[in-house]
Amino acid sequence: MSKPQSWQEVPPGTVAFGASALKVQTGLWRSSRPVVDAAKCVSCLKCWIQCPDDSIALGSGGKVEGINLFFCKGCGLCAKVCPAGAISMHPESGFAHEEQRDGEHPGEVGAHVK
Amino acid sequence: MSNKIKVMTSGNLAFAEAMRQIDPDVVAAYPITPSTEIPMKFADFVANGRVTSEYIAVESEHSAISACVGASAAGARVMTASSANGVALMHEIFPIAASFRTPIVFGLVNRSLGAPVNIHCDHSDSMPERDSGWIQIYCEDAQEVYDSVLLAVRLAEDPRVLTPVFVCQDGFITSHCYEAVELLSDEAVKNFVGERTPQYPLLDTDDPVSYGSFTMSEYYFEIKRNQMEGMNNVLSVYAELAAELERETGRNYRPVENYRADDADYLIVVMSSAAGVVKDVVDELREEGVKAGALRVRFFRPFPRRELASLAKGKRGVAVLDRSASIGGTAPLSSEVKSALYALDKRVPVQEYIFGLGGRDLYAKDARAVFEKMIAGEYGEEARFIGLLEKDDEDERA
Amino acid sequence: MSALNIKELTKKENPLTQGHRMCPGCGAPTAIRQALMGVDCPVVVVGATGCMEVSTTVYPYSAWRVPFMHIAFENAGAGISGVETAYRVLRRKGKIGKEIKFIAFGGDGGTYDIGLQSLSGALERGHDFTYICYNNQGYMNTGAQRSSATPLAANATTSPAGSTSFGKLQRAKDLTEIVAAHNIPYVAQTSLHNPFDLIAKVKRAVETPGPAFVNVLVPCPLFWKIDASEQADICKLAVDSKFWPVYEVAEGKYSLSYEPKQPRTIEEFLRAQGRYSHLFKKGSERLDLVEEAQRDADESWAKLLEKCGR
Repeated sequence: MSKPQSWQEVPPGTVAFGASALKVQTGLWRSSRPVVDAAKCVSCLKCWIQCPDDSIALGSGGKVEGINLFFCKGCGLCAKVCPAGAISMHPESGFAHEEQRDGEHPGEVGAHVK
Repeated sequence: MSNKIKVMTSGNLAFAEAMRQIDPDVVAAYPITPSTEIPMKFADFVANGRVTSEYIAVESEHSAISACVGASAAGARVMTASSANGVALMHEIFPIAASFRTPIVFGLVNRSLGAPVNIHCDHSDSMPERDSGWIQIYCEDAQEVYDSVLLAVRLAEDPRVLTPVFVCQDGFITSHCYEAVELLSDEAVKNFVGERTPQYPLLDTDDPVSYGSFTMSEYYFEIKRNQMEGMNNVLSVYAELAAELERETGRNYRPVENYRADDADYLIVVMSSAAGVVKDVVDELREEGVKAGALRVRFFRPFPRRELASLAKGKRGVAVLDRSASIGGTAPLSSEVKSALYALDKRVPVQEYIFGLGGRDLYAKDARAVFEKMIAGEYGEEARFIGLLEKDDEDERA
Repeated sequence: MSALNIKELTKKENPLTQGHRMCPGCGAPTAIRQALMGVDCPVVVVGATGCMEVSTTVYPYSAWRVPFMHIAFENAGAGISGVETAYRVLRRKGKIGKEIKFIAFGGDGGTYDIGLQSLSGALERGHDFTYICYNNQGYMNTGAQRSSATPLAANATTSPAGSTSFGKLQRAKDLTEIVAAHNIPYVAQTSLHNPFDLIAKVKRAVETPGPAFVNVLVPCPLFWKIDASEQADICKLAVDSKFWPVYEVAEGKYSLSYEPKQPRTIEEFLRAQGRYSHLFKKGSERLDLVEEAQRDADESWAKLLEKCGR
């Protein structure tokens, strides 16, 4: 449910359904993008625990796989808190050559490894 | 019909007794004259194990209605009561409760709004809430209060309605005076009100929902219109429920009570307890050969426009007695009546009256004077005040 | 809580999802996200009006995986009281089978000021819930107006620094102490300097029967005028300068949770944020206020140590 509906069809009581925000691509806000250097990352998870947008993508066993670019807003906190210097911030315009990200599946990970 | 008992009781105590029999899940209430007896009596029921409800002794009326909304959205059956400035303090939350479709049943014991502080009856507390999205039922006596509470629970919770209800009664006049009231048995009440089946309850953690989102212009209007449909369904659903309860009680209150109005030439339109005086005067005048009649409006929201228009059609005159003013505009009941009569082909003259503010009684002689003025064809554009002390001014006599 | 358990935390789905509209680098969603990491039970959340509530529920999108309700600004305490009471009744009547915990949150606006009454009532009545205040020291959602949590001399839009005023004229209210005076089982004050501290405190708060309260200092990058990436650093500076002590009051007993090994000065903390830049402007410095703030912090710290039996 993302488009306005006729009054007969709206759910009663101002109700919105749980976790429906997962459709909102806050990654479109970004003007700088974090890049994870897998060689330096030790999966201490300090970035994961600090991220206001839960955008550090993890694999099995809590291993850092990269950044969830659908949601990442580019605040740079992860780069700041990383004790190993494994994350660096780059202007988003530098990635403009890539495919448009509209309609990208939420949770799809862009793990740009040096 | 099942066992019934007749007791001498007051409007407040009849309301509280209905609450006991309904045994709601949660009551959050704050004391204020003249509704205090309701939460007090209910707290007593709780303390003596006569109900299974929980009573939240909140620290203000605003918190009372907020806790009620929380509990009702959670899926519980919720009731409360208040008056006057307590109702005013709740004002912010009323539209939220209506929008959330929480079927709260509320005992509104009518008392004047300050300032100045006055503890007696008028309708200035409930009238400001007429736009809130809540149903408003005005009761003439304690019997009607009792019956209306039972109806209100079913009405509010009906999936076609899902709208909270004010069951109003006149402060002190109805709430505190004793009269004979017929009560249903506990079992009959339980059978009538049944159990609540909540829609989208907050406590359903398997299907989580969010209430009260921040909503931009592209969504707000449709949500509000959807809410309004509940109110639009009230009168038809009420007719069903009233017929059902009539099988138990033998009583059926219409949205507008028709008192000898069918062949009347002149009508007084009035709400709540003052209707008793008006009806007595109608009977007196009828004895004298005057075709007087009365309409007692019971549902103020939704306003039964069509019913009122059809009852007033063709009359020689209508006088509306409002127990509150809309300062700078037309008094609330007058405004609704005039609006309803606008649809008629032939204009019916309407005289607006304001009476009873701050608990000043309506006397039989006052009601008689209203009829006499209509019979004399004396109508004015301005509202007239009944029983008000005014400096005598020949020119200004209406 | 050891570093080993962080892997355990990653296995749990957080009640707060991505896709919310909080500013990049905002401290509030970090706080709520971390706070709820340690909670093992299903929860129902009631939020007061404010940044966190508005930005997580922009209709029709909700960033709450759990049931959530927003009623109004001043009544999160009353709202949660109603929900929690309904739960106890319906559980007793057998209509609900599972254990559910109740969390209310509000910003400093909805907690220190307009929401204080309903919070106090809920605490006094002893409802079983946890209240988390995400305190960014101003009414940020409406453009950084002052609240009673705004510190002395901070620039706020209704207590702005100007030629005849140095900003907020009053000291911040000590709400944590007001709450502690309600004699509830658990009260805590913390920040985003150490996630494990916040997680442990909220976990303890939720698992403690009865009312519990956690006051979390979080930065608002936009109005504290710091970089979006500074969240963790500024909170570390806040606790290291004793601007914001980290402590608990459990069953009336005070204990200090964090003592800075390398203490910093209040001046360092103030200089790091644009909302105090007027105090350091060449030609109109107000270093006397900085000294006053330092004295206040030192006095409060000494009093706290005494309460902690140190």
